[in-house]
Amino acid sequence: MKLLSVFLSGLLFSFGLIVSGMINPEKVLGFLDVFGAWDASLAFVMCGAVIVTTIGYRLVWRRATPLYAASFSLPSRADIDAQLLVGPALFGIGWGLVGLCPGPAFAALTTSVNAAVVFVAMLLGMALARTPWGSTRLLSGAAAAGSQTHDNA
Amino acid sequence: MHEFILALLGGAMIGLAAVLLMASNGSIMGISGIASRLLPPVAEDWKWRLAFLAGVVVAPLLMLLLTGTKPTVQISNSLPLLVVGGFVMGFGTVFGSGCTSGHGVCGLSRFSARSMVATGVFMLTAFATVFVTRHVIGV
Repeated sequence: MKLLSVFLSGLLFSFGLIVSGMINPEKVLGFLDVFGAWDASLAFVMCGAVIVTTIGYRLVWRRATPLYAASFSLPSRADIDAQLLVGPALFGIGWGLVGLCPGPAFAALTTSVNAAVVFVAMLLGMALARTPWGSTRLLSGAAAAGSQTHDNA
Repeated sequence: MHEFILALLGGAMIGLAAVLLMASNGSIMGISGIASRLLPPVAEDWKWRLAFLAGVVVAPLLMLLLTGTKPTVQISNSLPLLVVGGFVMGFGTVFGSGCTSGHGVCGLSRFSARSMVATGVFMLTAFATVFVTRHVIGV
């Protein structure tokens, strides 16, 4: 049941990307092009998602535990370090170059060779960030608090 | 339907998916984290991660099966740009502990200060990158 509901969550997320147009890099780049022919529509994706999640999370957290897991795994870090500025800065540059962020990169994987190229390049970048060099700070932070659930990633 | 309505509707579906994942598994719906922990060193809880991503990958195929149409995905950039952009995008999300879903949707909804900072930074650099590529260099 746990894996089925998690699978359905992935399915619903992906259909949300399709319905909203987030899956289309050309549309995303049009949204990011605030100084050009700006397509503001995708701002509403974030609005809709944050409104539903903000309310939904509070309802879910009334329970002591999730339905199919022992506990909620919430990020506990509160510090703002250089890595939290450098990582998102790089992510934004890459996103601005290709128009795909990780969710849409997965959703678009089967739609074209170009999409698959972005997908593979993304995984290589993620793998590099997971190496000891890339993850030094993450691991030391996790060890300090005795948990691996610090990231929103 | 107007594209603003579709965007709001799609966003609400993304929000529902995040709530469903929190309710069932207690997890933040952050795609970069869910995916990157399937890469070495592979996390012990790989099963649900794989199940979630399977759902994401399968949706367009299911749509094709049910409606006979594929979602519109237009990519017009050159191959080298796609490789470099994809790599930097992937690296940055994991190095910065999150992407549009983890920091953007889930982090903002938790009122996380870290996620607000991260979201502000990646939106700014994404706007700046598109400005430079489209209006300064003209790629």
